[in-house]
Amino acid sequence: MAHGAKAVEITKDAYWVGAVDWTIRDFHGYLTARGTTYNAYLVMADKITLIDTVKKPFGAEMLARIASVVDPGRIDCVVSNHAEMDHSGFLPEVIAAVQPQTVIASSMGAKVLARHFHGLTEVRAVKDGETLSLGNMSLNFVETRMLHWPDSMFTYLPDRGVLFSQDALGMHLASSERFDDEIDDHVLEWEAAKYYANILLPFSPLVQKLLQRLGGMNLDLQFIATDHGPVWRKDQGWILDLYDKWSRQEPTRKVLVVYDTMWGSTAKMAEAIGEGLQQGGACVKLLPLSASHRSDVATELLDAGGLVVGSPTINSNMFPTVADVLYYLRGLKRQNLVGTCFGSHGWSGEAVGQVADIMRDMKVHMIGEPVKCQWVPDEAVLDQCYAAGLQVAEALPPCRECAV
Amino acid sequence: MKSYECNLCGYVYDPAQGDPDNGVPAGTAWEDVPEDWVCPLCGAGKEDFTQIA
Repeated sequence: MAHGAKAVEITKDAYWVGAVDWTIRDFHGYLTARGTTYNAYLVMADKITLIDTVKKPFGAEMLARIASVVDPGRIDCVVSNHAEMDHSGFLPEVIAAVQPQTVIASSMGAKVLARHFHGLTEVRAVKDGETLSLGNMSLNFVETRMLHWPDSMFTYLPDRGVLFSQDALGMHLASSERFDDEIDDHVLEWEAAKYYANILLPFSPLVQKLLQRLGGMNLDLQFIATDHGPVWRKDQGWILDLYDKWSRQEPTRKVLVVYDTMWGSTAKMAEAIGEGLQQGGACVKLLPLSASHRSDVATELLDAGGLVVGSPTINSNMFPTVADVLYYLRGLKRQNLVGTCFGSHGWSGEAVGQVADIMRDMKVHMIGEPVKCQWVPDEAVLDQCYAAGLQVAEALPPCRECAV
Repeated sequence: MKSYECNLCGYVYDPAQGDPDNGVPAGTAWEDVPEDWVCPLCGAGKEDFTQIA
């Protein structure tokens, strides 16, 4: 635990009391290159309220930060906006230590918590739109089912204009700074995009509905306090607009060429396809899987319009890294893509067909015939690859800025 | 007409409202919801729903 850990005031009577995880790099298969934070918040109303907790090993850090403001034993109410264990892991210990009068979750949250922490029965389920009085202040609850779990809920503190949005609008970013305006915009945009692509992308239609609902609620949004990363206080519209853009999934002229290779043949094909794409006016990213983590491929796919996948055949199957990334991307349900696939093989050559099947299952609009090559590609095969790149580029939407 | 709740995520199919975003008009009874319809929240199939009222 960080010795001397203290709370950080967000606004009058509202504090960040979470924990910073500078070490984590593998967050259930998501490469958290910059670590993360587990955010918990303390509201010093008449009824002192804790919103979310932290991952279990960070409990002492959270309690120390709370203790810098108030004796944790004086907490009256604990709200669980999200039952995932990086936010609920320390909840049973908090309940045991603090014995709050009320523990709040959404109706699904109460069920999900009970299935995590068997015997946890003191959770009171609140309804969507319900208000809870904290004496001099109040909390409003907004269910956000499947954003990104069934239990997910927002809690709004109208008296201070703070929306506690749990995982939505957050990012994995360890920092000593607690606010968006203290951190480089490009870092914020990349990490927020990575978070959206890897966690929220499959639920994009629900994100659209939520944004419309939030817009109609006319909230006084001074702060958006998420469960990971900095608190938004500079320009909440910036992140909300990005969520609007990302959830629309409109195709661009960016194309990913995602591949692996055994003896360099599939790589040569990838490079020729990349040249063809570029010649056709696409913005090309080659992502060799020996050097690209699945969660970074997902991030690059967020604002793409095309996906081209290459795999050698090994023992009658696609290469394992290609299978990994395709299974992962399929679950993320990115819409509105065009693409093709390709690969080199020695004898049987099943991989390209297997990749094509998964891509069709992902609803990628397949352009032309996949290029297959036995052994090492010669000029003729590389010409085919180049032409395939050109053909995919032609299927992309016109560029808004440059009218390509 | 009876409502059905998704066992996985808690979404409630209300026949009075249907699911117009996904091609099921308001007023469609559960029995008439297409077999390939899936929960608009979590993607569960019809077999994962339980009658609630």
